[in-house]
Amino acid sequence: MGMKKFISLVGKENRHILRDRWTMAILLIMPVVQILLFGFAISTKIRNIRVEIITEKRSEALNRFVSKLDANDYFIFKGYLNESSDIDSEFRKDKADMILHIKGNLDNMSGDPLQNIEVIADASNPSMAASEQLYSLKLIRSFFDRGMKKAGKKGGIHVKFLYNPQLDSAYNFVPGIMGLILMMICAMMTSISIVKEKETGTMELLLVSPTTPLNLILAKMVPYFMISCINLATIMLLSVYLLGVPVSGSLIWLCVVSVLYIFLALAIGLLVSTVMDSQLSAMLLSVAGLILPTILLSGMVFPIENSPAILQWLSCLVPARWYISAVRKLMIEGLSVRFAIMEISVLAGMALVVVSISLKNFKNRLA
Amino acid sequence: MVIKYLLEKEFKQFFRSPILPKIVFAYPLLVLLIFPWVTNFNVEDMKVSVVDKDMSEVSRRFIRKVDNSKYFQLYNVRNNYGEALKDIEKGNADVILELPRGFGNDLETSGNPEALVAVNSVNEIKGSLGTGYLSAMLNGFVSGNAKGYGMNMYNPCKDYKLYMIPAIMVMILIILCGFIPALNIVNEKETGTMEQINVTPVSRFSFILAKLIPFWIMGLVSLTIGILISVLVYGMVPQGSFLTIYLGAMLFVFLVSGIGLVISNKASTMPQALFMMFFVVMIFVLMSGLFTPVSSMPLWARCFSYLVPPRYLIDIMRSVYIRGSGIADNSFNFSMLFLFTVLINIWAVLSYRKRT
Amino acid sequence: MEQRVIEAEHIVKKFGNFAAVDDISFYVEKGEIFGFLGANGAGKTTAMRMFCGLSRPSSGKGMVAGLDIWSASEKIKSRIGYMSQKFSLYSDLTVGENIRLFGGIYGLDEERMKKSGDMLLKKLDMYGEKDVLVKSLPLGWKQKLAFSVSVIHDPEIVFLDEPTGGVDPVARRQFWELIYEAAGRGITVFVTTHYMDEAEYCDRVSIMVAGKIVALDTPANLKKSYGVNAMNDVFTIIARNAGRNE
Repeated sequence: MGMKKFISLVGKENRHILRDRWTMAILLIMPVVQILLFGFAISTKIRNIRVEIITEKRSEALNRFVSKLDANDYFIFKGYLNESSDIDSEFRKDKADMILHIKGNLDNMSGDPLQNIEVIADASNPSMAASEQLYSLKLIRSFFDRGMKKAGKKGGIHVKFLYNPQLDSAYNFVPGIMGLILMMICAMMTSISIVKEKETGTMELLLVSPTTPLNLILAKMVPYFMISCINLATIMLLSVYLLGVPVSGSLIWLCVVSVLYIFLALAIGLLVSTVMDSQLSAMLLSVAGLILPTILLSGMVFPIENSPAILQWLSCLVPARWYISAVRKLMIEGLSVRFAIMEISVLAGMALVVVSISLKNFKNRLA
Repeated sequence: MVIKYLLEKEFKQFFRSPILPKIVFAYPLLVLLIFPWVTNFNVEDMKVSVVDKDMSEVSRRFIRKVDNSKYFQLYNVRNNYGEALKDIEKGNADVILELPRGFGNDLETSGNPEALVAVNSVNEIKGSLGTGYLSAMLNGFVSGNAKGYGMNMYNPCKDYKLYMIPAIMVMILIILCGFIPALNIVNEKETGTMEQINVTPVSRFSFILAKLIPFWIMGLVSLTIGILISVLVYGMVPQGSFLTIYLGAMLFVFLVSGIGLVISNKASTMPQALFMMFFVVMIFVLMSGLFTPVSSMPLWARCFSYLVPPRYLIDIMRSVYIRGSGIADNSFNFSMLFLFTVLINIWAVLSYRKRT
Repeated sequence: MEQRVIEAEHIVKKFGNFAAVDDISFYVEKGEIFGFLGANGAGKTTAMRMFCGLSRPSSGKGMVAGLDIWSASEKIKSRIGYMSQKFSLYSDLTVGENIRLFGGIYGLDEERMKKSGDMLLKKLDMYGEKDVLVKSLPLGWKQKLAFSVSVIHDPEIVFLDEPTGGVDPVARRQFWELIYEAAGRGITVFVTTHYMDEAEYCDRVSIMVAGKIVALDTPANLKKSYGVNAMNDVFTIIARNAGRNE
């Protein structure tokens, strides 16, 4: 079959996809919105902890303490409570996240101040509670240590945040978004579009035409491959120029790994389409079998090492896990490619297996 | 009553579908068995590579203390920072702790020793909590233990599952009662039955109502299954009343299916509807405080989150399950849910056009 | 004077700049079988959808069953039946359930529904298939069932959009017997088709080309004025003329 015929087939697929403006718009806008939300809206960093203070005696020192607390980025001072106030009801009405119980007078506090300040945290959200305690500990210490410390004294703890000096959540999310978007577009869209042709019967029409089935499938994949490349470029440009997440490592290797992943995702899409025969079931299988595992078990949002062993084993089967890990190393940590050899070989191995199974399935189904 | 015949039809189609009844049972089961184990931001057992240049009794004692804490675990002791950094690059360690010469001496004399803590901060939580815990330990080691310092209410074991399960139930409702209605009317459009209905005198209101009621029941059934699983598998019983939970869920299911129907009315093919719903669900999941707290968002995002209805039900579910709040404690959340339910469903009826 | 159940005056339907229906005027009398002919894309379906209240005309006036298509489209819907070229009964419901659903929608009471349902099944010789899912019926049966369901409420007019597409000649024959039977009951039939042999069965036919009605008369008169023996030839001549004019 000549290149010309193939190009005309690709042209037909392109027209199909371009005509569906809504889907097209969503496919192109989705990564942008995700980058914006992950980059600017949501953050795993705990901020704006609402604090109420129980005290029996207001004092000048307390006022200083409160203004220091309120000036801190982590805390918002909400008000004072009486000794007799109902702590439980404050939390149940969701008026505060943390209550400081200050016993005695701050002006002349003797001994360890921590013995006289009780931190009562609403621990509904465990990581919030953990941060509440750490931050308040720091705050109280620095408030009382000021007087004690001698000027110019050496010492102290030096902290280095490797690879992410600003502690920006986006560093963690960007590789995840890449893994999710590419899987969704390549695998899900390919499978749905092939199954749709099967469902409407146009597949048979195309199969009796003088093109080989393989060419037909490849032609279907080309547009999604192109959309994926556009998305990949969008995500990288936005994350570099808008979020300030740098590409610290080799751009070329990053692209090589991404193309390998896209190829694998397309092959998975083909596999799904050979197994399913209605659009609805292909969608459900894609969502339940591809999208959810990618969100949950790839380390995209939640660290895999927190899951029980069985789920950690299961996560090894999720392609996105390896891809995201490779992108983290190559893009964020700026490591050389030899640190990502494991991930790359696993992805290549998966691609080999999926392609051979789906081609075999495809022939059995149609020959 | 036309609605009676329409309802008969919807129920028959639902039970005759090869997948729908199974999904209503299997989906909450699957999600609640897996999600709570995964959705966990706790930082525990971070692996530490130590560079001990002091080699004193005190420094060794401190390293043992780090290894014994629940947050850290000793990976290896290295000779210099470069070697320890290799451990991080290979992904074997998360934290480098370097204790300089004189660490023990400084500690004994001034109580304020020097130390270097370097954490792989690609994951921001690990970065901030890891350094935080280690610094606290260094300080605590200096000034003695701060026992009895804090108190954790409602979730003393800091169990993430307790925090996530009520919200995961909301997510189940979003996905089931969002996607299935979104695909429903589009499916009728694609098969041509929609047009047949459109030439009949059926009113828009009764048609939409007949679609909503089965989804409503479906949502409440799957919620009940979710509640049962959380009792049987995780031993979780809400501190507050079931009435509050169901009241919120009843409103919310109506709301989400309404959104599904709006999308279904707007879309002309199934993949279109699927992707539109996907988009909505994405925003719902990210902006509702399901995974990351709303309070951590910048001001504009916090304002925007008021337009994301699931945040109200997530607040209700968490406060009832964990803190035992009642309807009155959640009056704001309930009023907002009610408002959105009414608005969205009016939109659902209006967006269904019998002619083009 | 005969009662007119459909009247169209200067109806236009535009999609952007393209006039799918370009200023058509005609009427249909009560009890007629009116054939609405034209090649694919001539605008037949678009025109018919406006009379059924599925879309609004861009301009022009129209009455169906004595009601205005602009202001009373929902009222019109209870007085008409409609069957589209796409098979549109619920394939995951049984024959009986479909009859019950549409009977219910058109406001038939239980008693009348049972009576006309049974009658319908007997007429179609499908009594044994009452509890069979519609999707497992052969296409010819499905079409006949769809037609019978569309007239279950004895509408004044039934609109049929290429009802016999893809059906074998024997089944088409049987289908037309059903149409005659309905017309005999006083139901006006408005049918689009591109099978010219079917045009012969109609009382009057109109032929649409590129959004305009170019001929409208009884089949006999049309054949006479074009000097041919079959409607097929009439259509060929009209199509050829249209091609020359462009």
